[in-house]
Amino acid sequence: MTRQPFRRDGHRGETLRFRFDGRDYEGYRGDTLAAALLANGVRAVATSVRLGRPRGVFAAWTEEPNALVQIEHPFPEPMLQATTVELYDGLVARGLPGKGRLSGEADPARHDGVYAHCDVLVVGAGPAGLSAALSAAGSGARVVLADDRPVPGGSLPDTAETVDGLPGAEWAAAALAELDGHPEVRVLARTGVLGYYDDNYLVAVERRGERASSRERLWRIRARRVVLATGAHERSVAFAGNDRPGVMLASAARAYVNRYGVLPGRRAVVFTANDSAYAAARDLAAAGVEVAAVVDVRRGGGRSWDGSEVLAGHLVTGVDGPDGVSSVTVSPDPGGGPAGGREIEADLLLVSGGWNPVVHLFGQAGGRLRYDERLGALLPAATRQAVEVAGAARGLSTLGRCLADGAAAGARAAEAAGFRAGRRPAARAEDVAAAPAEHVWLVPAADYRGHFVDLQRDVTVADVMRATGAGLRSVEHVKRYTTAGTAHDQGKTSGLLTSGVVAHLLGVDVAELGTTTFRAPYVPVSFATLAGRDRGALHDPVRVTPLHGWHVARGALFENIGQWKRPRYYPRAGEDMPTAVLRECAAVRRGAGAMDVSTLGKIDLQGPDAAELLDRLYTGMMSTLPVGAIRYGVMCRPDGTVFDDGTVTRLAQDRFLATTTTGNAAAVLDWMEEWLQTEWPSLRVYCTSVTEQWATVALAGPGSRAVLAGLAPGLAVDGASFPFMTWRDARVADIEARVCRISFSGELAYEINVSAWDGLALWEAVQGSGAVTPYGTETMHVLRAEKGYPIVGQDTDGTVTPADLGLGWALSGKKADYVGKRSHARPGDLRPDRKHLVGLLPDDPDRLLPEGAHLVATARLPEPPVPALGHVTSSYRSAALGRTFALALVSGGRERVGERLYVPVGAEQVPVTVTRHVLYDPEGARRDG
Amino acid sequence: MLIPCPWCGPRDEAEFHYGGQAHVAYPADPAALSDAEWARYLFFRDNPKGPFAERWSHAAGCRRWFNVVRDTATNEIHAVYRAGGQRPVSP
Ligand SMILES: [Zn+2]
Repeated sequence: MTRQPFRRDGHRGETLRFRFDGRDYEGYRGDTLAAALLANGVRAVATSVRLGRPRGVFAAWTEEPNALVQIEHPFPEPMLQATTVELYDGLVARGLPGKGRLSGEADPARHDGVYAHCDVLVVGAGPAGLSAALSAAGSGARVVLADDRPVPGGSLPDTAETVDGLPGAEWAAAALAELDGHPEVRVLARTGVLGYYDDNYLVAVERRGERASSRERLWRIRARRVVLATGAHERSVAFAGNDRPGVMLASAARAYVNRYGVLPGRRAVVFTANDSAYAAARDLAAAGVEVAAVVDVRRGGGRSWDGSEVLAGHLVTGVDGPDGVSSVTVSPDPGGGPAGGREIEADLLLVSGGWNPVVHLFGQAGGRLRYDERLGALLPAATRQAVEVAGAARGLSTLGRCLADGAAAGARAAEAAGFRAGRRPAARAEDVAAAPAEHVWLVPAADYRGHFVDLQRDVTVADVMRATGAGLRSVEHVKRYTTAGTAHDQGKTSGLLTSGVVAHLLGVDVAELGTTTFRAPYVPVSFATLAGRDRGALHDPVRVTPLHGWHVARGALFENIGQWKRPRYYPRAGEDMPTAVLRECAAVRRGAGAMDVSTLGKIDLQGPDAAELLDRLYTGMMSTLPVGAIRYGVMCRPDGTVFDDGTVTRLAQDRFLATTTTGNAAAVLDWMEEWLQTEWPSLRVYCTSVTEQWATVALAGPGSRAVLAGLAPGLAVDGASFPFMTWRDARVADIEARVCRISFSGELAYEINVSAWDGLALWEAVQGSGAVTPYGTETMHVLRAEKGYPIVGQDTDGTVTPADLGLGWALSGKKADYVGKRSHARPGDLRPDRKHLVGLLPDDPDRLLPEGAHLVATARLPEPPVPALGHVTSSYRSAALGRTFALALVSGGRERVGERLYVPVGAEQVPVTVTRHVLYDPEGARRDG
Repeated sequence: MLIPCPWCGPRDEAEFHYGGQAHVAYPADPAALSDAEWARYLFFRDNPKGPFAERWSHAAGCRRWFNVVRDTATNEIHAVYRAGGQRPVSP
């Protein structure tokens, strides 16, 4: 018993076992999964996405719309085309109902990326591409030849045509061997180019297999010249039942017979409007498939055919057999539609509606296309890329012409890149004259619900009629209305067919309609491949401070602020976050706490105009700041909204240190550079990021003065000697330090800055003083919120001004201008109903409001639309207040202090009372200890 | 897209930061402007299909700002010149 009943006699190879839909089969090395399934007589491979109709193998390569499979083993991969999956031993797969399923497990495979530059990139190793690569390589140019198939030759192994007297596949192998001998040539097999971007930047995926060190590699290639030799896809015709298993592109059937030694059926009917399908019929007949009839749309038929009956001027009007073709109904078309008909018994129906040059990449890069009436195809026209299109991709249909065209294109590309192409003669093949093709898009019928246009999306002519009936005239609109062309095959076989059907229905020329826009990727690409090695810890840089190891050792839990890891809190045994944070807050308010604030952005500004630059960018006056002093500053955008805040420290007459929020450090430096370079190039200032050069420890709480005095015996720490908002150079724990008296908690506090190298030593000395509790960002957030200090990005969005935040005092009235000042005088900035930062106290002191919750005026929600008065921006439990509280942006909020508002949470209206935004120590008495 | 940085030569677009329309100077005396004039500076920018003078910064390179005349329909770059320079006459 033969194990592969549809395998052509004499075809051999290494036997591979595989499992499909729960059954075991055998195939040969070199098969695709589709070829092996056909060899075993599996007709229905998948079911369609919308209608659940059984579907079989329709094509033989990347244009396949039907045969979608899920690989189950060795690793689950969804939505692969059976026609492009190379068979391997142990493969387990199953057919899909249109949609796949992502694995829940992490993919163990590695993926990688490569950058390449070349003089000439040739896409496609078919007859034209190989010829182009050979003539370009002969010039000495750096050539990359990328081809998505495992073996070279493009369609040559499918058609078994002869080149230079050799079987096509042998000629292709010899050409490849010659290319491999050129030191400047790189051949990338199994590498599909899927994106073509401006200035000849192309992206390709190389499939390296499960045994390679990486499963796939993403190639990013910049080429001086590109040769697109991407071939052509055959297209179908819209007729009743054209989606049945057993209906197949004629070229695909030819490929299964010649390339894979597989018989896609026993008895075939051929439906064509051009001569290429006759060659397919001849090869199938030679392989033992009985060709029952050739149904040719053309009244004159095709070239002489010594096989079976040719039914010229006929159409296929029906297909029987729901799980696979069992018979085909054929009718003469006397003009005006089919009349009468007869049934021909067959299990295979080959279709050729014409050929679509593969112009996807050309179109992606902005190339314009033109419709050629004679070829019934879109051809490349104008482009601004440095590209040649060669062979079938520009509408050439015979082998000899494609070979010559490729050789000429390769030579032109090399010469345009500055090389001298040799005089290598182009390979030759015998061309057979063909009768002119006709273009038929659909077979007229009374009912179009079974005439499929897009097999993968289950779009029929009836669906297209519904679109045109709704008044749609553009193919782009029809595409979006019907979803035709939006499946993962990107309409390779259906795109122009859709245009043709729309043109037919509207009674206009296809040329008028054109086709939809081509976009990358040409074939699907996995996110894992795009990510390459940039995943897990390498997805984004992780920035840590010099104290990070200590935090980890003490069991700190971290939060991400931009790329920084910051300790959020330091739980003790048995503590959850609220408990730990309440403890840390109380420690700072009653004793002393220490926090790692090294992540704050630090920008060193030097130059005679540094003060002037700061005056222009900050809302406050910085030029009057004496050396030795520190000032809080807010920066606005020109529209008056808050951009960032921080402190400015004057180190010398011409030198300042500006701090930024942790997440905004790079943006603030960019901001300064942008203004300096584009608006004020006459200002003499250098801006330098010194964030990572310093480690900074915040020491806060009424006990902090004593701790500092103990660590810095040479520093006069009394309030008169070291007042608020000043800095001193000192030795702290015997380390050179700059100590700043600033506070983000309202308590007496210092920030001690040392060289990053000494950061850990300083921190350990501070901790070693005994009376200091380490605290994290969560505690810092609570402490600052109790004082009503806003956090840019949490309590602000792109609409909030300093005045909204109660920071009107930070706006200089004396300066003629600062960035944002003019906007602060706009009517919109002066409206009384602007949202102000206020405090909220829930009636229930244990109730924690959700951040982001909205505020309304009434205890019962009115009918929508509900007028929202604002939203909660920060919400915490306060140890100092002994209750929960929140900050919120509320319309006219400062006028509402004392008012009762409501926060809808689920079905509940939580009552709250509006307060001033400073809830703790409003007099500022604690700042001096 | 390849952008020819005046200092570094042609580099991939991913290294650059876009800065919008060029030649929109910060007004010399914002206080002297009416609300409408100030709003025009803040919010109004051209959006042509075709050549457009715009600002770019080589953010992941030399970090310099410069001006580019780029065709917004084709991404063709017609001119590159320094920030504050005169827009070259159209080709
Ligand atoms: Zn540069």
